[in-house]
Amino acid sequence: MTELPVTNTSSPATAVAGSAFPASAATLSRRRFRHFKDKLATVSIAIGGMSVIAAVLMIFLYLVYEVMPLFKGAVIQPVSEFRLPEEARAPALHLALEERLEVGVRLGADGQAVYFDTANGQLISSIPLLIPAGQTISSFALDTDVSGIFALGLSGGGVLIAQYGYEVSFGENNERQVFPEVSYPFGENVYPLFDQQAVTKLSVRSGTGELMLAGTNAQGVVTLLQASKETNLFSAFSGGAAAAGWETEVATIDGVLPEVDQLYLDADRRWLFSIGTAGNLSLLDTRPAFNGGVPEIEDEVALVEAGRQITAVDFLLGGISLLVGDSAGGVAQWFLVRRDGEMAIEKVREFDAGIEAGSRVLAVSPEQRRKNFMTINDDGYLGIYNSTAHRQVAFERLSTGEPVSLAVSARGDGVLIENADGSVVFWSVENEHPEVSWEALWQKVWYENYQEPEYIWQSSAANNDFEPKYSLAPLAFGTLKAAFYALLLAAPLAVCGAIFTGYFMAPAMRRNVKPLVELMGAMPTVVLGFLAGLWLAPFLENNLLSVLSTLVLVPVSVVVAAFAWTRLPDSVRFKVPDGWEAGLLIPVIVLACMLSSVIAGPLEVAFFAGDMRSWLTNEMGIPYDQRNAMVVGLAMGFAVIPTIFSIAEDAVFTVPKQLTYGSLALGATPWQTLRRVVLPTASPGIFSALMIGMGRAVGETMIVLMATGNTPIMDANIFEGMRTLAANIAVEIPESEVASTHYRILFLAALVLFMFTFVVNTLAEIIRQRLRRKYSTI
Amino acid sequence: MTAFKKFFASGTPWIWINAGAVAISIIMTVGLLMLLAYNGLGHFWPKDLMLAQYSQPVESGEPLVREIIGERVGREEVTAERIISSGIPVTGSQLMYERELVKIGNRDLNGNDFTWLLTDYLDDLRFPENLTAFERWEWGNFYGYVREVREAGVSVAVSDPANPADSAAWDALVVRVDRALGIHDEIASLEKGEIGEVNYALERLRLRQRGLELRNTDTPEALAEIAAERAEWDSRYAVLQEELQQLYEQIERDTVVMLAMNGQETEIEVSEIVRAYQPNGMHIGNKLVVYTQKLWEFLSDDPREANTEGGIFPAIFGTVIMVLLMSILVTPFGVIAAVYLREYARQGVLTRIIRIAVNNLAGVPSIVYGVFGLGFFIYFVGAEVDQAFYTEALPAPTFGTPGMLWAALTLALLTVPVVIVSTEEGLSRIPRSLREGSLALGATKFETLWRVVLPMASPAIMTGLILAVARAAGEVAPLMLVGVVKLAPALPLDGNYPYFHLDQKFMHLGFHIYDVGFQSPNVEAARPLVFATALLLVMITAVLNQLAVSIRNRLREKYKSLDM
Repeated sequence: MTELPVTNTSSPATAVAGSAFPASAATLSRRRFRHFKDKLATVSIAIGGMSVIAAVLMIFLYLVYEVMPLFKGAVIQPVSEFRLPEEARAPALHLALEERLEVGVRLGADGQAVYFDTANGQLISSIPLLIPAGQTISSFALDTDVSGIFALGLSGGGVLIAQYGYEVSFGENNERQVFPEVSYPFGENVYPLFDQQAVTKLSVRSGTGELMLAGTNAQGVVTLLQASKETNLFSAFSGGAAAAGWETEVATIDGVLPEVDQLYLDADRRWLFSIGTAGNLSLLDTRPAFNGGVPEIEDEVALVEAGRQITAVDFLLGGISLLVGDSAGGVAQWFLVRRDGEMAIEKVREFDAGIEAGSRVLAVSPEQRRKNFMTINDDGYLGIYNSTAHRQVAFERLSTGEPVSLAVSARGDGVLIENADGSVVFWSVENEHPEVSWEALWQKVWYENYQEPEYIWQSSAANNDFEPKYSLAPLAFGTLKAAFYALLLAAPLAVCGAIFTGYFMAPAMRRNVKPLVELMGAMPTVVLGFLAGLWLAPFLENNLLSVLSTLVLVPVSVVVAAFAWTRLPDSVRFKVPDGWEAGLLIPVIVLACMLSSVIAGPLEVAFFAGDMRSWLTNEMGIPYDQRNAMVVGLAMGFAVIPTIFSIAEDAVFTVPKQLTYGSLALGATPWQTLRRVVLPTASPGIFSALMIGMGRAVGETMIVLMATGNTPIMDANIFEGMRTLAANIAVEIPESEVASTHYRILFLAALVLFMFTFVVNTLAEIIRQRLRRKYSTI
Repeated sequence: MTAFKKFFASGTPWIWINAGAVAISIIMTVGLLMLLAYNGLGHFWPKDLMLAQYSQPVESGEPLVREIIGERVGREEVTAERIISSGIPVTGSQLMYERELVKIGNRDLNGNDFTWLLTDYLDDLRFPENLTAFERWEWGNFYGYVREVREAGVSVAVSDPANPADSAAWDALVVRVDRALGIHDEIASLEKGEIGEVNYALERLRLRQRGLELRNTDTPEALAEIAAERAEWDSRYAVLQEELQQLYEQIERDTVVMLAMNGQETEIEVSEIVRAYQPNGMHIGNKLVVYTQKLWEFLSDDPREANTEGGIFPAIFGTVIMVLLMSILVTPFGVIAAVYLREYARQGVLTRIIRIAVNNLAGVPSIVYGVFGLGFFIYFVGAEVDQAFYTEALPAPTFGTPGMLWAALTLALLTVPVVIVSTEEGLSRIPRSLREGSLALGATKFETLWRVVLPMASPAIMTGLILAVARAAGEVAPLMLVGVVKLAPALPLDGNYPYFHLDQKFMHLGFHIYDVGFQSPNVEAARPLVFATALLLVMITAVLNQLAVSIRNRLREKYKSLDM
């Protein structure tokens, strides 16, 4: 260190001593270099430091970024507008849009299936349906757009079943080519329903190799027809064109139903919904009709209020829920529920498709992958809804003309609207996450096939038309339940232990206890989870009574031992200095545990028929899972004790000594001093310790994952399991599709966990800091 | 009674109850460690093999007498009602029965390795010295008598099971087991080493060709070059394959005929045996040798039988490599952030808020970090990296899938608050006078930092790092999302270029516990091994933590004197 700071070089003192500290060129450049180095370090440390902190804080932003799309509405954008080709001038029976949105198909009342390009309305091809000569189409029914199967009721009393579709092939340069195709999977023959009487209303439902038709004629006679195919290998491979050999069964229902305006069959091909002109629905079980019995009306309801008319009806994906649009802008969802052993149809929820303006709902159209549907009303407003979430994702005026027909693409990403003047508008829809709403996440939701609204988490199933159930309520409940039982064990043990260690314990023992507690805290949670699941859970199941009896025996034996100790002669007592009580109690507690395991067997035989577990289930009706909340409470309590203990002990120990000495000097006993002086002073610290402990218990993953059955139930029973938010993420996120609603909801769960623990910890930290500042002034 | 009342009034019982809480915590911790140690270490001890007659009571008729050969694993007291409800009609007047768990092995013959027996109905307990236990590559343990050893189908030694002194077959077997194990090692090294290398080279050639195609530079010359290289590797493969075939023929030469319980006779290939011993005849020294061998095998070998037997070396190795990589990532960043916060940033409300936030990030559930790692690192960054540099391997992802690098990064993020907090604490303990002294001598701020402050804070940095390592070693939940697998085909560090495979998935001790304990089909058989793994993991984290604590305490003592 021969240099001086640069600023000093011009002072007179330096001039005198100049020869001693020559500022040669080399030295100057070295100084400049050092200065540069210092500046560089300052800048790079600042950048580095800030970016590390930013990176860590970015977790929060990233979680928010992943979750945000869940709450975005749908975006609807115009793509094209065109006039239909000349071939499609007859009134529309049905309009549909191909999955990739490139081709539209329109079934006309003249028996033509017209395929057109959705970009410009140009005709791709027009395929005539195989309608027998001399007959006209008198009614139309669609199975679903998923299958593309539809039925045409004919003036001669027969029904023709056809399927619209698209043959997709890939050309030379891997370009996708779509060829329109109309096929007849149930044969090209006409299924006769009535003899020379036109089929005025019709409904069709198909399954694999099965078909059901319900039709009525002008006299109101309803005929049901079941067709099934004998599925031997030969016929299965013979293809659709030569599909002869369908076995049919016909049943006629006469005089049972009131006047019939519309007919609908549910997806199971069991229930017939018959709607009259006044909007009254009659529910009919079709099974007796085919078993030789007379079907009876199971339930009758009015679908709309008096003064309104039914204007649009369709099934939601899955064929369970019936969507009924009315003349006053309402759309209601109805499905079957079991009431007192009978099936009944009930209104589940209602959507607003222009109620304020009193618009008439012209069409209701479901999506084919999700429980979404769209509506169009006579003011030209398009509504997009999710049924489960009870959410209106969009409601926008799209058409200025008079809409007559609405087609929704399979994925709900495109809409065709046909106006009365023959013009068609094509809109693209971006609607990624309609399934999420506050109601869907946190409130009771009435799911299809359920008898009443419930909290359910069930994110995936094997079938395509499954209704995902994204209620976070059971998971949040499970999280709090696990945390509650963990704190039930940990809070008293840790706080009492901390009080003793921080205030009463002899310093020599304290030096040994503190590392032991730190060791307890260092225990990997996976080890605790493993012990809980594979050792503790079966142990508890077999020794439930002995564990429960320790809860009584241990405190009692501690008090008794304490009393006995005070009665001992002083010569014995003085051998152990004050503050070693905990050490003395170790053998006592071990003995108490052993005693309880010894008496548990006879007790169990005497009071619980020899097996407490089955006694609980059989006599008390309390279900018992092997991996239950008690196991979790014990294991997670173990994990949380050190966290609470360390912070609480710190709070108790740092209570200024002059306070306690003052109290003791005034004649208070140690216990009085503790209660009146130490605890009030340390209580904010103890409180913050409990909060941090709770934060830890809420976020703990491995223990709950391994020590519970992970069933998302809402039940506070200590002998049943739960599923927590954290465990749910660990179980489901590896399997969830990236950027899907499920994936983002799991991110939402992570965000909830993050926010919860962050807020709790921050509060605790602020309390602690204030406490510390208070002490420093004493 | 007044004495008792007075005793209560004084508040003493409450003090004792508080003391009881400490005692319970101590008992729980120590008990847990002892439970782990007993179950984990006891597993490797070669237990005596029991031979007994078991006649369990039946509903009607003569009780069925069975011969039992096996290890006694555990016992418990059960009420008579429970025994009856489990389908055994005990008739005695006893309130409680003792039942014991016996490992009877021979899964290929019995279907189950374990059975519960009522101690009262066990008769004629003996421990014949020539009862033999095999540990096998598959099907678990085998217990029985060695009756005959055959070489290529021809009998070379025969023993009489009834005569414990007749050890001819056993002696012949011991040599042959050693020989088979030698060949087994050769096969393993050939398959993993040279054949693995060939496969790796072929895969790289395929990717090179695909890369050329993608860049439209697949000229005939380049393709011919690849084809020539491929042909060379193929021919090498053929040679190795031939060699392997010969080894397989050699290893299958010997068989041993065994007499299992209830007189079942079965022929076992010597190549199936990992270890053979006769525990009843062994004295304590021999048992210690076997014990050490088994312990060493546990630490140094690959797992077998769906991870329920054998060793956990890949898990140890994976954990260590991942933790090292994480340390390399976390140390500089954590230290720079702490230095910035403490030395460079203006101290104010903002730094206080940041400090609290960083502190609290340590309390954020680890699964949240896992979710972040999966979403951001793997699906976002990883996918981009694949698009930019590994197009030839697409659609199979290289970095767009869970792997070592992402796991280390995620854990680095998880533990960086620990390092920051610890380093900051260390920095705050360095007396101002030292800094000022350095500055007064003309050192720049950076020089002061580099020469004075950081060296003095280095124990604190070490403490933070050790705590971070301990946390990372025990953490499982985030790793499940970002890179661990139950069985990794290869170690992340091997002889194939580029030697250190950052994209590879790896095994981890903590996940091993979760997986073997909860996903394995034969939990009873796997349990002791899981206990041993858990013990190892606890020991690693405990040692690291105690190390950190002692460094921290030393540090505090050191600066206490400096503060004066």
